[in-house]
Amino acid sequence: MNQITPLFTSSDWDFELLHRIMHECGIIARDELRLDTYPNQIEIITSEQMLDAYASTGLPVMYKHWSFGKRFSRERDNYTRGRSGLAYEIVINSQPCISYLMEENTACMQTLVIAHAAWGHNHFFKNNYMFKQWTDASSIIDYLVFARNYISNCEEKYGEEAVEQTINAAHALMMNGIDKYKRPQKLSLVKEKIRQREREEYIEKNINDLWRTVPKTTVTKLEDFDSSSLLKQPEENILYFLEKNSPHLETWQREILRIVRKLAQYYYPQMATKVANEGTASFTHHYIMNRLYDKGLLTDGAMLEFIKSHTSVLMQPSYDSPYFSGLNPYYLGFEMLSDLKRMCINPDDEDRRFFPDLVGGNWVDTFLDAVANYRDESFIRQFLGPKVVRKMKLFKLHDDKKEETYLVKAIQDPQGFREIRSTLADSYEMDDWLQRVEVTDVDKKGDRTITLTYAKERGRTMSESWKPMLKYIKYLWGHKVKLVSRRGHTIGEM
Amino acid sequence: MAEYHIIDRRENPKGKNLPNRQKFLKKVKKTLKSQVRGAMGKKNITDSSGTDISIPSDSIDEPTFDYDRTTGEWDKILPGNDQFLSGDRIKKPTKQGGGTGSGSGGSGGGEDNFNFTITREEYLDIVFEDLELPDLIKTSEKAAVLWENVRAGFKTDGNPSQLALIRSLKNSLGRRLALKKPTELEIAKLEEELNQGGDSDILQPLIDALIRKKQAVPWIDPIDLRYRRWDKQPVPNSQAVIFCLMDVSASMGSNEKEIAKRFYLLLYLFLQRQYEKIEIVFIRHTDTAAEVDEHEFFYGKDSGGTIVSSGIKLVNEIIENRYPIDAWNIYVSQASDGDNSPSDAAACKQELDKLLPLVQYYVYTEVKAISSNMYGYLSVTSVWKLMEEFAKTNTKLIVVNVPSVSSVVDIFRRVFAKKPVKK
Repeated sequence: MNQITPLFTSSDWDFELLHRIMHECGIIARDELRLDTYPNQIEIITSEQMLDAYASTGLPVMYKHWSFGKRFSRERDNYTRGRSGLAYEIVINSQPCISYLMEENTACMQTLVIAHAAWGHNHFFKNNYMFKQWTDASSIIDYLVFARNYISNCEEKYGEEAVEQTINAAHALMMNGIDKYKRPQKLSLVKEKIRQREREEYIEKNINDLWRTVPKTTVTKLEDFDSSSLLKQPEENILYFLEKNSPHLETWQREILRIVRKLAQYYYPQMATKVANEGTASFTHHYIMNRLYDKGLLTDGAMLEFIKSHTSVLMQPSYDSPYFSGLNPYYLGFEMLSDLKRMCINPDDEDRRFFPDLVGGNWVDTFLDAVANYRDESFIRQFLGPKVVRKMKLFKLHDDKKEETYLVKAIQDPQGFREIRSTLADSYEMDDWLQRVEVTDVDKKGDRTITLTYAKERGRTMSESWKPMLKYIKYLWGHKVKLVSRRGHTIGEM
Repeated sequence: MAEYHIIDRRENPKGKNLPNRQKFLKKVKKTLKSQVRGAMGKKNITDSSGTDISIPSDSIDEPTFDYDRTTGEWDKILPGNDQFLSGDRIKKPTKQGGGTGSGSGGSGGGEDNFNFTITREEYLDIVFEDLELPDLIKTSEKAAVLWENVRAGFKTDGNPSQLALIRSLKNSLGRRLALKKPTELEIAKLEEELNQGGDSDILQPLIDALIRKKQAVPWIDPIDLRYRRWDKQPVPNSQAVIFCLMDVSASMGSNEKEIAKRFYLLLYLFLQRQYEKIEIVFIRHTDTAAEVDEHEFFYGKDSGGTIVSSGIKLVNEIIENRYPIDAWNIYVSQASDGDNSPSDAAACKQELDKLLPLVQYYVYTEVKAISSNMYGYLSVTSVWKLMEEFAKTNTKLIVVNVPSVSSVVDIFRRVFAKKPVKK
């Protein structure tokens, strides 16, 4: 008989152990969960490097901008003052999929993190439809390298200040630089080739001094645009609109807008799948760790350590707790996926009533489907079951800012379940937490005023930030900017 | 099996965010400056911890189009319902302005502050920004007594330990190419051709010729060899000594001492950034002077009359014995409340006449707190009068009055402010 020895018996780890952990986790992930991932690249970093990674949301390459310095300063302060700990891991949607592991982690934590990031998140990145549709994992790092070099060249050529101002404006509009509904363009090889050539030409022009003597091409005139193509329908992607249509931007400024827009689009699936993504990763690490334990590969002590950190990451403080800061996506996602598995294996009458299609199915199939084909909003609408609502004791609170009181609209009882599910799903729609603003008109014949329209929903007005925002848009547009409500009421002009 | 890699990145350079941090600090420079200068009054300058900075957040705001979260209707799903039933009404916490705890992030961006900490280095950068040491270069050239070996290209002969390998091999390669030294490969090719039945009458002589030539052209030749060449260059003298001279007679209270201490510390930190090596000599005096250690200097108790010349005399003696002026840049910082024995003026003058030519800078700080002046105006003290007389003819001597702890930094900055460049 082959005696099975645990992977590790102390908290120390070395690289050989990491290889064994990768191997054992991989067996369970592939054979039992049928996970299909990008190749993994595990990088061991120090806590200082982890802080660095925070500032650029983990991306290993990033252009330089003061806002990253601001973020870094804040994170470092929070960390050095003990206000917040560091993440155990950061994982990047790239191919190969990069996971950062901190050197301080114990062997048990490294196992947990590998199961969580290198298998859970990695599978999600490769298989979830949002990521498939909107991001190209294989090219992101190359693109970031291009972006960083391009922007630092711009700084040299056009001055740091001009570049900073352009990036400031572009960053402000980052959330308005995302295509949310438009069908994504099929990546066309020809188009990419053309863009690439344009870029190469750009580089060439920078190298070849002869080019500099060629007179500057005239600034594109607004009138030259085919007016029918200028604004066929309201455009929600303001950054895109400005990049393509602003009459006064220099080529390099357009390229910077494009870079920021591409980044926003890259982040978009992560914003829209927080619950599903973290749920998947947590479900995966929970399953793998338990299976390792079953196989005798984890000691009791390691298992206890795992349970401790698992429960502290997946903690959901109550509404009245001082630690409460909204719903914990790790917890919500994990509970939902666990509930799905239970419904498949061990259904009861309630499940048969609410989820007739799921009951008795293969739980791995169901899990993989839930992971692949939903974003938070649809994931919750589809799979949030009454048992999870009861377990989390969810209730719906209606807050009309004009009223003196809150109103409890629904609680975790059979009558309230559907309303809670529907409202929770809505709350993961971007429009619920981000004011939607569209470009609706351009005065082509007159003074070129650009009109932005916002929808006043449920009596919510706009925050004062519209003032600096209009300033930024004006900077990029070069002419007058007007902000109106959908009913035609002018909020402001600049 | 999906392939994977494990990479150890711990040795990668850290401080990836340094440029971002600097961009950020540059952006908030104005506020930063005023806050740092403000903090200097309170903060102990040797304190190595960071300095807390609070920036009004509207200057570094990153706005987005957002809802005003104090208006309209909002629905929230919350966990942990332990007491509510559908239809219950809950009184909102009473807070002026409608901030209901549901996050007032959208309203009034400019009110709250962005707080962070700057490091000691960043702090000192700002404190000493735009300051300079006057006349540093002139005297340090004179004082150049140290020599340093500097690389200065190559030479054709020298010590084997100084052989420049890469350069030598480059020469060797060039020579071999120029003389067409046959390579092993060329010979091997011909030999193979021969082995495979090539015409030995043609091939054999060719091979022999190549081998002969190969032997004739050496792989490395003495003419290839290059040696590193070193030149001796004078290095500017970069050591300094600061003489801290303080009157500790009874009339100097703890407040005055505190002012003096801060001035000394500033001077020390400032010089530390200019010189590699700094020594400090503490001299205190009443009617007699003594060299003491730092603690004794600031906290020791002594009483007696005041004879300023005794201190200056001791400085002269110490310079003569320990700090040859061609090796040291000498700074003297004297703190006094201005009292001196009337009979001492002549002796002072004599000692100063001797001392001033030796030093880079002599700062006389009169640390009389305004509050201690019962007449409401600053009467001119005897030392002040004496020093001012010297300062008229000698630019190395600076006379300043530091009335309070909070004014130390401003006055220090004024003393060392960058002079406009004369054309």
